[in-house]
Amino acid sequence: MNDTFIKIRDVRFSRGDRWIFDGVNIDIPRGKIVAIMGPSGTGKTTLLRLIGGQLKPHAGTVEVDGKNIASLSTHDLYKVRKKMGMLFQSGALLTDINVFENVAFPLREHTKLPEALIHHLVLMKLQAVGLRGAKYLMPSELSGGMARRVALARALVFDPVMIMYDEPFTGQDPISMGVLVHLIRSINDALGLTSIIVSHDVQETAQIADLIYVISNGKVVSHGTPDEMKNSESAWVKQFINGESDGPVPFHYPAPDYKQELLGEVAC
Amino acid sequence: MLNLLQSLGKTTISFFERLGRASIFLKHILATIPSLFLRPSLIIAQIYSIGVLSLSIILVSGLFVGMVLGLQGYNTLVNFGATESLGMVVALSLVRELGPVLTSLLFAGRAGSALTAEIGLMKATEQLSGMEMMAVNPIKRVVAPRFVGGIISLPLLAAIFSAVGIFGGYLLVVQVLGVDSGSYWSQMQDKTDFMGDIMNGIIKSIVFGIVVTWIAVFEGYDCIPTAEGVSRATTRTVVHASLATLGLDFLLTALMFGNI
Ligand SMILES: Nc1ncnc2c1ncn2[C@@H]1O[C@H](COP(=O)(O)OP(=O)(O)OP(=O)(O)O)[C@@H](O)[C@H]1O
Ligand SMILES: [Mg+2]
Repeated sequence: MNDTFIKIRDVRFSRGDRWIFDGVNIDIPRGKIVAIMGPSGTGKTTLLRLIGGQLKPHAGTVEVDGKNIASLSTHDLYKVRKKMGMLFQSGALLTDINVFENVAFPLREHTKLPEALIHHLVLMKLQAVGLRGAKYLMPSELSGGMARRVALARALVFDPVMIMYDEPFTGQDPISMGVLVHLIRSINDALGLTSIIVSHDVQETAQIADLIYVISNGKVVSHGTPDEMKNSESAWVKQFINGESDGPVPFHYPAPDYKQELLGEVAC
Repeated sequence: MLNLLQSLGKTTISFFERLGRASIFLKHILATIPSLFLRPSLIIAQIYSIGVLSLSIILVSGLFVGMVLGLQGYNTLVNFGATESLGMVVALSLVRELGPVLTSLLFAGRAGSALTAEIGLMKATEQLSGMEMMAVNPIKRVVAPRFVGGIISLPLLAAIFSAVGIFGGYLLVVQVLGVDSGSYWSQMQDKTDFMGDIMNGIIKSIVFGIVVTWIAVFEGYDCIPTAEGVSRATTRTVVHASLATLGLDFLLTALMFGNI
């Protein structure tokens, strides 16, 4: 069972004529927490969508638990997805039902559990994210951080074997951030999950991750354990981990030379 | 000249491309419908929000259209001393034409636009892709109940529209203008044929129900997921659904009553 849960091989993916990924290889071992980091706009969310099968790579393969996601039939894909939880960057709560029903949604859709049991399971997950008292609020009455915690409860309620967090810590105060960091680690260990965290919060993520992948410009720039990354010689990794503004990490979306454009010398 | 041809070609191609996508979409919806009937509560909720909540506008419009028909008919027929035929005139106009057509137009504006906006916003806020990741097919869970709800609601609303219209005509013609109540109703019963008139009206309203709801859910599902995209899709729903209603009405009328 010591194996790779997700295997990404030579994946290429483009939006328009821009290659978001240009030959990416990532291994995600079963039962571990793997952090994906990289500058904003490098395609971290896109990567999660490739793993979830919402997008198909233009070349290369994404294998989850031995199955090539892009070649599955819709029916089989949905079977695999039942075992995946995903926390969207925006929360993606259903806006016409309240918090309780949102968390209960996967249970109601996929099971015929008795109401009492659903009630228990939902309250348990809401308690874990500290929002049991908010169960009758509508999504429009939640703050951004609260909505993301509800979405986390929803992602957990169906007991997935793998969970993908897209920026779980954004918009959290230091206290709920601490709780969430702890929660993600303890869920992972208690339930034997495989977790993927996309995050910009380097310190928090480094605390709980077993492995860090840094991607930029369509490639994996570096990967290793948090300690290896901290001691890395690469200027690139150093800059990213320490958040310095000078260095090789691109901050700008690809653009023509600034001075030339200001002087009007670039054909638009 | 060449530009004109070029843009004409482009428009034609994109029209057929959309039609193709809409047909594939319809196929996906139809595939999920059998399993949908295992969860009638989803459909009933949609019949409520699409149909029941459209009742007030249908009732009010039906009443006024019936009264206008009575009044216009009276002004013409009184010259020929034929006011006792008013019942028939009002009933036939409503059942054959105005009931299905006006209901469909009102439905496109009231319920169709709402459907498009709702589905489009769910797409823009990632609720649909969230469902997909929870292994819930959004076409089955979100689109199909609305589609079926719309198809059930429109014919019922059209029937209510016609009934209320006939009653509105009665109020005006009999109660206000003093035409004999007996001849209003008996002429109506004599000259309205169940198969020829009422059935054809029902068939029209079912066809409109399918087409208008199909356009509305497709535009929502296919929209560009931004505020502007949703607003454009909503407009397109109303425009396309209205045009489709009128065009199809001509076609169906020609087939049913045309003797062509
Ligand atoms: N629907 C789309 N159509 C075209 N391009 C897109 C679309 N979605 C994303 N992109 C492009 O793909 C790139 C990667 O987007 P993605 O959302 O994966 O970035 P990200 O790494 O998650 O960034 P962030 O950290 O800001 O969330 C971006 O540069 C964006 O311009
Ligand atoms: Mg992102």
